[in-house]
Amino acid sequence: MTLLARLLLGLMLTVTAAAAFAADFPALPKARGGDCVAAAPVMRRDHADMLKHQRDDTLRRGIRGVKASLKDCVACHSTDGADAKPVPITAPGQFCQTCHAYVAAKPDCFECHATTTGAAP
Amino acid sequence: MTEVSRRHLLLASGAVLITRAAQARAPGEAASPSQRWGLLIDTAKCDSGCTACIDGCKAEMGLTGHDRPLTDAQYIRKLTVKDPMDGNTHFLPVMCQHCAKPACVDVCPTGASMKRADGIVLVDRHICIGCRYCMMACPYKARSFTHEEQSGQKPHLPRGKGTVEGCTLCVHRIDAGGQPACVEACATKGKGAMLFGDLKDPGSTIARRVAAEATTRIRADLGLGPAVRYQGI
Ligand code: HEC
Ligand code: HEC
Ligand code: HEC
Repeated sequence: MTLLARLLLGLMLTVTAAAAFAADFPALPKARGGDCVAAAPVMRRDHADMLKHQRDDTLRRGIRGVKASLKDCVACHSTDGADAKPVPITAPGQFCQTCHAYVAAKPDCFECHATTTGAAP
Repeated sequence: MTEVSRRHLLLASGAVLITRAAQARAPGEAASPSQRWGLLIDTAKCDSGCTACIDGCKAEMGLTGHDRPLTDAQYIRKLTVKDPMDGNTHFLPVMCQHCAKPACVDVCPTGASMKRADGIVLVDRHICIGCRYCMMACPYKARSFTHEEQSGQKPHLPRGKGTVEGCTLCVHRIDAGGQPACVEACATKGKGAMLFGDLKDPGSTIARRVAAEATTRIRADLGLGPAVRYQGI
């Protein structure tokens, strides 16, 4: 019993020690609205594929109102600034941008897609 | 299969008479080849000075320009046509004609120019490489090229530098059961010269009028089968 506990404790210690080597994962701004379109581990792993699949379904086949809409990501994952004005989702510190900067991914989606939900200026 | 049965259900129920004009597809349902969206434009009601459809389009789509008429994005152009024999002039808006056999789709090297099942011709900007063959192929000059970086786009119309764009027949509104912004603007601010509807639905106003009245397609000789019909020219 104690051996198992020691083993487990040892394991946990090595895990935390290993994590400390990598740059700390930045905090992501909280989402608004309800639950994400899938569980967080699934989203972290699969969101790029989900979005690519969705864009073809919506644009080419006309399928709307389903799971991984980029418009919906922005609706939930964009935030308002201190002045209550919507902050572009591509701004530093924002949800997608923060993690992408960390993992060195640079999707170009927001060269075309709106970065806020509202009728932008 | 499900599409067909759903349609039959609607037809059988008789509810279609009331709901036909504006019906959003159910979430997850694809555009259907049993529909063919089109416009009927009565040039007798189109005034020379009026730009309601163009203004409505620009506002809806978030099209901002740089005061460069030759290259600024325009989804609708207003033309003046003059009969050389008698000098009479008429005015007409020309937008993407949503051809049955679109020349832009034929020439596109990547498959970005495409026709949806319900006949709406679009640019899939995700795979558009900006070559502009489609712009040269289109006899209606319906497409524009985005020359500048964009900001402040409308959520329903992503647009960005280096890709071709054009009238989408307001696909985002049609999919939600609405009608194009130009038609709405013409009805409220213009003289109601534009009618939108499903040409394949024999009971729709547009299909009934096209069946009963003489209408023309511009450059019908090219045989591209535009979904935009005109009267009075
Ligand atoms: C209905 C609102 C909603 C929508 C729509 C939505 N999300 Fe989420 N998302 C959340 C919530 C809530 C969480 C949990 C984390 C939190 O509270 O911020 C989350 C978590 C995530 C995570 C995991 C973050 C982490 O903790 O590492 C990713 C990645 C993500 N979302 C991406 C997306 C993408 C991409 C889309 C569009 C396809 C999307 N989300 C759409 C609400 C939403
Ligand atoms: C060159 C412009 C452009 C770029 C870049 C672009 N898109 Fe799009 N996207 C569009 C257009 C235009 C539509 C059609 C909008 C509509 O009809 O609602 C669209 C629609 C979509 C849709 C379906 C509508 C929605 O909001 O869910 C998804 C999903 C999508 N794009 C994902 C992406 C992703 C992911 C990227 C980046 C990898 C991306 N797009 C980059 C122009 C672009
Ligand atoms: C938890 C970290 C994380 C968050 C949060 C996150 N992403 Fe990503 N994203 C990644 C990683 C890692 C990749 C690269 C791996 C891949 O392509 O699957 C990526 C790739 C992508 C790609 C594909 C890029 C390409 O060039 O193919 C798109 C599109 C994308 N993310 C969109 C989003 C959007 C939109 C959001 C915000 C709603 C978001 N991501 C939030 C981690 C994240």
